[in-house]
Amino acid sequence: MKRFNYVGLLAIYKFELSRFKRTFWQSLVTPIITTMLFLLVFGNAIGERVGGISGVSYAAFIIPGLIMLTILNESLSNSSFGIYMPKFNGTIYEILSAPLSPYEIALGYVGAAASKSILLGLLILCTAIFFIDIPIQHPFLMFAFLIYISFVFSMIGFIIGIVSKSFDQLQFVPLLIITPLTFLGGAFYSIDMLPEIWRTATLLNPIIYIISTFRWSFLGVSPVSIYVSLGVITVIFLLSLTLIVIIFRTGYRVKT
Amino acid sequence: MQKSNPIVLSSLVKTFPNGLVALDGVNLEIQEGEIFALLGPNGAGKTTLINIICGLSTKTSGDVKVDGLDIERHFREVRQLIGLVPQELYTDMFETVWDTVCFSRGLFGLPKDSPLVEKILNDLSLWSKRQEIMKNLSGGMKRRVLIAKALAHEPRILFLDEPTAGVDVELRQDMWELIRSYKKQKVTIILTTHFIDEAETLADRVGVINQGKLILVEDKISLMTKLGKKTLVIYLEERINKTANVISRFNLDVKNDGLELEYTFDENEEGTAISDLIRALAAEGIHFKTLETKKSSLEEIFLDLVVKKK
Ligand SMILES: Nc1ncnc2c1ncn2[C@@H]1O[C@H](COP(=O)(O)OP(=O)(O)OP(=O)(O)O)[C@@H](O)[C@H]1O
Ligand SMILES: [Mg+2]
Repeated sequence: MKRFNYVGLLAIYKFELSRFKRTFWQSLVTPIITTMLFLLVFGNAIGERVGGISGVSYAAFIIPGLIMLTILNESLSNSSFGIYMPKFNGTIYEILSAPLSPYEIALGYVGAAASKSILLGLLILCTAIFFIDIPIQHPFLMFAFLIYISFVFSMIGFIIGIVSKSFDQLQFVPLLIITPLTFLGGAFYSIDMLPEIWRTATLLNPIIYIISTFRWSFLGVSPVSIYVSLGVITVIFLLSLTLIVIIFRTGYRVKT
Repeated sequence: MQKSNPIVLSSLVKTFPNGLVALDGVNLEIQEGEIFALLGPNGAGKTTLINIICGLSTKTSGDVKVDGLDIERHFREVRQLIGLVPQELYTDMFETVWDTVCFSRGLFGLPKDSPLVEKILNDLSLWSKRQEIMKNLSGGMKRRVLIAKALAHEPRILFLDEPTAGVDVELRQDMWELIRSYKKQKVTIILTTHFIDEAETLADRVGVINQGKLILVEDKISLMTKLGKKTLVIYLEERINKTANVISRFNLDVKNDGLELEYTFDENEEGTAISDLIRALAAEGIHFKTLETKKSSLEEIFLDLVVKKK
């Protein structure tokens, strides 16, 4: 058995990054502008009335939430689009006939999508820091979480891209599931602000743990235990990994 | 250990999830360095066969070995040997010719090799188009780029699924030249085609597949000998007695319930067989209405095989 085909993996990775470069404006600038608009509207206009949360200004409070909102969606859509495109235009023939294991293929697409998300997250953060005073209590952990979360959601995106049969289905999960759950998952408020019954209900939303973890690395406080949160993220990670393994074992919707 | 054939298929079966049996127990051995032409009508299973060997499709049962290695267990070694030019023009519209060929080489785990890519592009008359994006190329050029991509990792076995579909006469000749030049470089080539003349000019051996069954595999030379044969059809006035002497003496085929006789002969051979036959018929009192000679072409053999199966 020959060794791991890292050159092939890298070829996919670079191909994906160059695809992002071609659509630089849509892929990097648009999310940054959107984030700035959110900050402007929510942070300034509403923030004035809300006052501070968890010891920081409202604008500072929502920045981790905003970054997550973008990261989750971008990871999902970039990764799902990345693998859906070759399926759609047929160029997947080349990837399937190359000496690449399914895991190398997955790692190429997931890695590229995650890289782009990480870059995007850092860019949004830098832009935000420029306007708003925000503490970062645990910068290394913040970076580590950013990588971890981007990766997990890029994996989910990969699964979506493989099982989708149309562009509409590709959009379904990000638009109809992840975005609402992010809004309801404390991107713009602390769940401690909710009445008890809603707070309990919110704990069923997995996104709350993701946002809490990330926000904790900034503020050093979290409404839910950071260990529980990391546990939830890890469960999502393992579930995605298992699904990917199952998909490859069965050749589901990749090979005819 | 004796060197095994580059490709060996044994009882290969492919049933699609919808129940369609696309390959129905195919046995085939491709020999080192040959050009093998796979002929068959639309939907015969040619592409399916190629797709299974190349890893795009999974077999239902049977055995596929490349260089003696199982294609699934040793997928890395096997795929490294194989180059595939698909039937459809699948391309990334916004990639340049140069990038897309280099990308293919990368997928096969090989380091960048600009001189090699340059040579391949030159051989395919694509050098001047190297910075063009795929979207702007004509169909024939796209097909050549797909060939360049398939060659970028220097495969020893090349699959060409209808390489000359939708290609003009001139490019078709170029393509043939090219295929011959790869054969000279000891590449084993398997091509599918609907054009009989393509198989006739290029192939060392020809296989005919229909409804998932390989119904003929033959050396082109022996097919050509068949091509050199002519058939004399004798339309009789009355049904012939099947025990008539003349039948066994001239090895005649009795057709149409005894109303037609067929005599196959070699047109290159001179002789008096036909006049002998006619005299013999007269001697036995067998009268005929008319005579007709037919030249059997590969096309006919092909159609005959395919229609008979139906
Ligand atoms: N993914 C699929 N699902 C179901 N049936 C399929 C699938 N792919 C091919 N088939 C069927 O399998 C049969 C063989 O198809 P294949 O593409 O191998 O034919 P072919 O010999 O290459 O034909 P052509 O000359 O038109 O290219 C056809 O009946 C086709 O409809
Ligand atoms: Mg075909």
